[in-house]
Order: sequence, then C-alpha cells, then structure tokens
Amino acid sequence: MTESAPILQLNNVEAAYGAVKAIRGVSLSVAPGSVVTVLGSNGAGKTTILKTISGILDPQKGSILFRHEKLEGRDPAWIVRQGLVQVPEGREIFPLLTVRENLLMGAYTRPAHDKDEVAKDIEDVYAYFPILKERRDQPAGQLSGGQQQMLAISRALLAKPTMMLLDEPSLGLSPKLTKEIFEIIIRINRERGVTLLVVEQNAHIALKYADYGYVLEIGRIVMHDTCAALREKEDIKEFYLGAKESGVREGRRWKKKKTWR
Amino acid sequence: MVQLLQLIISGAAIGCIYALIALGFVLIYKATETVNFAQGDIMMVGGFVGLSAMTLGGLPFWAAFLVTIVVMTLFGMGAERLVLRPLLGQPAFTVIMMTIGLGYLARGVVTMIPYWGTETHTLPVPWKDEVFWIGEIGKGLVVSVEHLAIIIATVALVALLFAFFRYTRLGIAMQATSQNQLAAFYMGIPVRRVNMLIWGLSSAICGVAALLLAPITFVHANMGFVGLKAFPAAVVGGFGSIPGALVGGLIIGIVESLSGFYLPEGFKDIAAYVVVLVMLVVKPNGLFGENLTKKV
Repeated sequence: MTESAPILQLNNVEAAYGAVKAIRGVSLSVAPGSVVTVLGSNGAGKTTILKTISGILDPQKGSILFRHEKLEGRDPAWIVRQGLVQVPEGREIFPLLTVRENLLMGAYTRPAHDKDEVAKDIEDVYAYFPILKERRDQPAGQLSGGQQQMLAISRALLAKPTMMLLDEPSLGLSPKLTKEIFEIIIRINRERGVTLLVVEQNAHIALKYADYGYVLEIGRIVMHDTCAALREKEDIKEFYLGAKESGVREGRRWKKKKTWR
Repeated sequence: MVQLLQLIISGAAIGCIYALIALGFVLIYKATETVNFAQGDIMMVGGFVGLSAMTLGGLPFWAAFLVTIVVMTLFGMGAERLVLRPLLGQPAFTVIMMTIGLGYLARGVVTMIPYWGTETHTLPVPWKDEVFWIGEIGKGLVVSVEHLAIIIATVALVALLFAFFRYTRLGIAMQATSQNQLAAFYMGIPVRRVNMLIWGLSSAICGVAALLLAPITFVHANMGFVGLKAFPAAVVGGFGSIPGALVGGLIIGIVESLSGFYLPEGFKDIAAYVVVLVMLVVKPNGLFGENLTKKV
C-alpha cells in the first residue's frame, strides 16, 4: 500500500437499522488507484458500510471523508456527483428499461450538454462487455444474471467515477463468470485508474485480485493487511478460504477458535 | 347500426376521460406505490381553475387551458411536498388514508370559496352544443364536437406523454425511479424531486380531463366522483400500466354507454364495476398487468 493520502477514509463509523446496530465503529482507508476488499460473511455489515458511504443510510457516529469532503448526512445524488458511485448488491438494474436506457441513467448526474461524451462512454463500456452492445435495445430484465451484473458495472461507469463501490459482484454467478467479471473490473482499475472498494463473501477471488483487505465480523474490522499477507494467515485459510487444516491430535478432533476472539 | 356507432362514439369519449384520470392513478402508483384516491377531486379543482380563468380572468379557452395545466402542475407538486412527503416511510395504508382526506379537503374547501361554491357552473367552451353529421344530415351519424374534442385531445396528450417517457432524460428517469427506487438513488437521480414532478404531471393530466369533461357534466364540487369510474378503468388495464389505463378507460366507457341503452335502467351505473369483477376473476393482473420476477 502506498503512503499517499487516502481517497476514502472511514473513522469509527457506526450505523444501525432502527435498534439493530449493524456496524460498530468501522475505520478503514483506501489509497487512490488501489483495489481494496472487505471480506465478511452474511450479516457482518458489509452492505451496511457501502450504504452508509453512499448516503443511503446516515451514520450515527464517525466520519466519512472522500477526497477531503465529508460525506455523512449528504444526499446520495450529491455523493455520486463527487465521483463516488456504487454497484449495488443484486445488480438492481431497471428491468423494463432497455440496456441503453439503463446506461443513460448511469450518466444522469452528468450535465445534459455532455451528450456526445456520454455516447462515446457508452461505446467504451460496450468494448468491455460486447454482449451489452448486442442486446442494447432489449429490456434489461431479460438479461441473464451475469449480463445484468455487467450492466450494473457499466451503468456505474457512466457516472465517470473516480471510485467505485462494488457490493458482491460474484453473487449468484458461476465461478467462471465471477472470474471474468473480476478480470474486467481489475482492467477498469488499471486502465482508467478507478479506485475500487469491493465487498465480497467469496474470499478466494477477492484476495486473489485485490491489493489490500479488511476482514469484517459482526460489525467490526477484526483484521487488515495486504491481500498477499492475508492469504497466508492461518485464520483466513481456515475460516475464509476453507482450507481444511487437520485439527487432529492424538486421533482427536477439535474445533479451532479464531485468534481474534 | 347507426345507433350502435353512436353509442360507441359517446362511450369512447367518456372512456377517454376515465382513461386520463386512470392515467393519473397509474403514474402516481407506479412511481410511489401509492393509490391517490384524491385523483377525481384534483380533477375537480382543475375544472374550477379553468372556469375561473375563463369567466373571472376573461381568458379565451386556449389560454385558460394552459393556465389550468400550469396551476394544476404546481398544485400537484405542492400536494406532494406538503402532504405526502412528510409521510415518507409510513405504511401504505396511512398514505392512502391521507389521499382520501386530501380529496375531502379539496371538496370542502372548494364549496367555501365565494365564487366557486356549491353551484353548478357552465364552462363556456367555444364548441358548446355544436354537432356535425357524418353521412346524410338528419339521418347519418351525429357527432357532437365535445365528444370529438375529448377523443382528439386524449390521443394528442397520450402521444405527447409517450414521447416524453420514451425520449427525454427526465421521462426515462421517471420510469427508472418507478421501476427501482433504490437503484435510482444509487445512480444519483433526485428521487424525491422526480416523485414531486410525477404528482405535478398527474395533476396536470387531470386538469386537462376536467376541461374536456366540463362541457358535458358542468363544473361543480362533486364532479370528482367520475374518479370512481376511473379507478375500475385502471384496474381493468392492470394497475401500473399506461397503455392499460387507456384501454381500460375505453372499455369501461363503451360498456357503460351500451348498457345504458340496451339494458334495463340502473345497469349503466354498475356496468363499470361488473366489468372489474369479471376482469378480476378472469385475469387478476388486468389486461396489461406486469408480471416481473426478480432474477438472482
């Protein structure tokens, strides 16, 4: 991780749904141009972190800084205009709009006179995902799950973001498709310099492609390191990568405890 | 045969009015998942606005028409901002009760305004009582200009709306917001403002409906009760479908007109509801009802 000032910084952020506290003091920082992942199982609070960053949910405590601007309490549309856009969990495309219209909605925050440039950007995302060009006049609801994910990523790209938040891009996709999608988002990161914060359950793929990782459990960050280092940690191997280390001694098995508990 | 055509034309004209009000229901329902039971009363307010513009303001019909559209757009946006938005996040039932209350309020307030009051007013449209004949005069088909105006205006308005939703950024954004509000937030579409504009649009359409209907039913505080016929029209078409609202309105209008002539007295008033009941049994989603399931 480089030592340059972080593009996104969360300090001790707490957020809740009514009485249920979903994240309890999360701090993390993302260096510009990097790919950072947040790992965690169901209910760990991954989506909540992203919703809080995007302004869908207001944090109860803590601060969120994006390029020196405070994000907490801001309107979601304002946050998108700052160059921070999210690819939501479960794609959330507009099912009855055509593929092209979906893409146009991604560019909604750009000024109307950007028309030509938006048209050019649409061609650019078609280059990443040629299938979308083929099906550009079909209602997006008719696309397969993987194609919808491609559309969701492309739609976010049309906002011309400096940073993208991706919420479980692998959800419901085959391993092969997951790999393809990750390769393309990494290409987007390298070619366009878009910083990525990827939230994942699929630790294998996330640790393979990301630079830096945070591990989230029940609303708290319990571990963070470079992905190369995380891959070597016993606990990560055991609980996230599913490597079966033989917990066998003298013919008896025991259940391993996580070291951070 | 002439008789039948005659009935179909007048039924279609009234059906267009139902269709326009149903369109108002559908737009708001699609965008905010609220059924606005004040739709008919909003239309009534539009009737009075047009009436005042013509009789008190001394404007010609076309100018009054434009004034009504502008005033009703603002009225709808204001209603959304002041009455509906504070209820954001409340259960649907609360919101629906609020729209019913809004309707009562509109009816009550209108009777308190000095010039408007409880009387029945005539809107002095330029084509009042004019008819023309298709075929032989005295024997062929007689079409009143009021009916023709309704049909032409409805077709024009629908074409305009179609183009708006299909080709403009705001129109597509309105569709997007109604299809997936959360995603619209994520894309930076100003969802609250879009909802307010939809209320404005829906009210403006009702204002147009009021001015078209006024030559037939006159303007009075209870003219909003046609909303009760527009609601079945929306249901028949499949609540939430724009072409459905149109077809539903036409079906209800024509069935009503035919049953008023061929069936015993009283059937005219229940025809709309009979159609709805049949539709709900045969095709619960309505003619154009959407059946979308989410893919994972």
